[in-house]
Amino acid sequence: MSEENTSSNKDSIQNVIVTALGVCLFCAVVVAGSAVALKERRVENKALDKSKNVLIAAGLFQENVTQMSEINTLFEQFEQRVVDLRTKRLLTADEAAVVAADNQLNFSQYDQRKAAKDPSLSMALTDAQDMASINRREHYALIYLLRSEVGIDRIILPVHGYGLWSTLYGFIALEGDGNTVSGITFYEHAETAGLGGEVDNPTWKAKWQGKRIYDDQGQVAMRVMKGSVDPGNAEADYQVDGLSGATLTSRGVENMIGYWLGDEGYGPILKNFNG
Amino acid sequence: MSNVKEILFGPLFSNNPIGLQILGICSALAVTTKMSVAIVMCIALTVVTAFSNLFISMIRNRIPSSIRIIVQMTIIASLVIVVDQVLGAVAYDISKQLSVFVGLIITNCIVMGRAEAFAMQNPPGLSFLDGIGNGLGYSVVLMSVAFIRELFGSGSVFGLEVLPLVTQGGWYTPMGMMLLPPSAFFIIGLLIWALRVWRKEQVEAAEFKIGPHTAMSHS
Repeated sequence: MSEENTSSNKDSIQNVIVTALGVCLFCAVVVAGSAVALKERRVENKALDKSKNVLIAAGLFQENVTQMSEINTLFEQFEQRVVDLRTKRLLTADEAAVVAADNQLNFSQYDQRKAAKDPSLSMALTDAQDMASINRREHYALIYLLRSEVGIDRIILPVHGYGLWSTLYGFIALEGDGNTVSGITFYEHAETAGLGGEVDNPTWKAKWQGKRIYDDQGQVAMRVMKGSVDPGNAEADYQVDGLSGATLTSRGVENMIGYWLGDEGYGPILKNFNG
Repeated sequence: MSNVKEILFGPLFSNNPIGLQILGICSALAVTTKMSVAIVMCIALTVVTAFSNLFISMIRNRIPSSIRIIVQMTIIASLVIVVDQVLGAVAYDISKQLSVFVGLIITNCIVMGRAEAFAMQNPPGLSFLDGIGNGLGYSVVLMSVAFIRELFGSGSVFGLEVLPLVTQGGWYTPMGMMLLPPSAFFIIGLLIWALRVWRKEQVEAAEFKIGPHTAMSHS
């Protein structure tokens, strides 16, 4: 593709370099400037979206609630608790305060994702442990409890794991028995829109409701099937339809549940809830 | 002045980027299940096209022809990132629903096509209007498709219930097909057909005649 456009000097090497650098510099400044200027709003929106997703997982979110203050009011019903994933213990408020002081953390603004990258707040997983392909796991996780007069009504747990293209971040809500699923939701992922992206689909998420995680031996039995679940199947309680055209995303979700609700994750804690 | 009017409103019907130029179909299929989402996409695309045309036209006499496509892409990509950031800050839910498609404005043929076909030859003011005009042309088609899909697929317009759904005690059984991408394909096809019945001059001459069926191999 050679163009015989040599009449002007705009095709000189010098001009090519100057124009290229000039355009790059200008664009870089504009992009960086907008990123910095809008960062606060975006972070705020993200946090709000996360609270909203805790509410959705718990089944408390109403479609018409969009005001930030209303979401925050609803969110205040939850009791936020800190889990130590190394010792598999649910920390009391006092213990959490000690941990916070030791690590110079503030749990009300704790960023679990950042912590997972911080060597002092996370540990590397071996290949055998790393079912969910997350490489590192944070030491502390924030879980949310909803209490009613009779006891614990909902347990909302943050989960994440790798799908096909991206790490999916979400919440799974369990009922007070620590076994029955009451909801699942993903607030961030970059799976293929229309295929793996259907993890967002309310119809699919609704299929999780009432499913059970652990079998009688206390092992994670939850499976995301290929195709549809046969309702007559003895295992149907532990199975969810796979997403068609998204085998790897479905497998990612299954592994994520297997990891986070298994012995490496919240499993031992949930069993204490049982007992 | 008639020139300005032609540049601004020509792309609506007589030179529609989707209808006549058949550009930007991909996003038209993807983001038209809801009108509220489609309108944000329209605004985003119009802004990007207008400003990319403006900036490219401003430096058109300096852009070396050997790297002009790269320069255009750099400017378009930067604008798209800025638009994406703004959406994330002011309309987070909708930006999540648009997901990857805002980013894909970068590869939307309309933006690149107008930069290359118009902004490289015309002064900034006209180029800016050309961008707005083509954005509007895209929007007309997108909003028509979104209107039909949302009305028949979800029984609502801009999220307001128009046809009460059976699931909510009404009488209308939604057409599930309307919520799937192929329906947009059919609707766009029908719109283009309708447009070309109305404006006969848009019908393209056949590029070749289909010959009788023979077993000859081509040389």
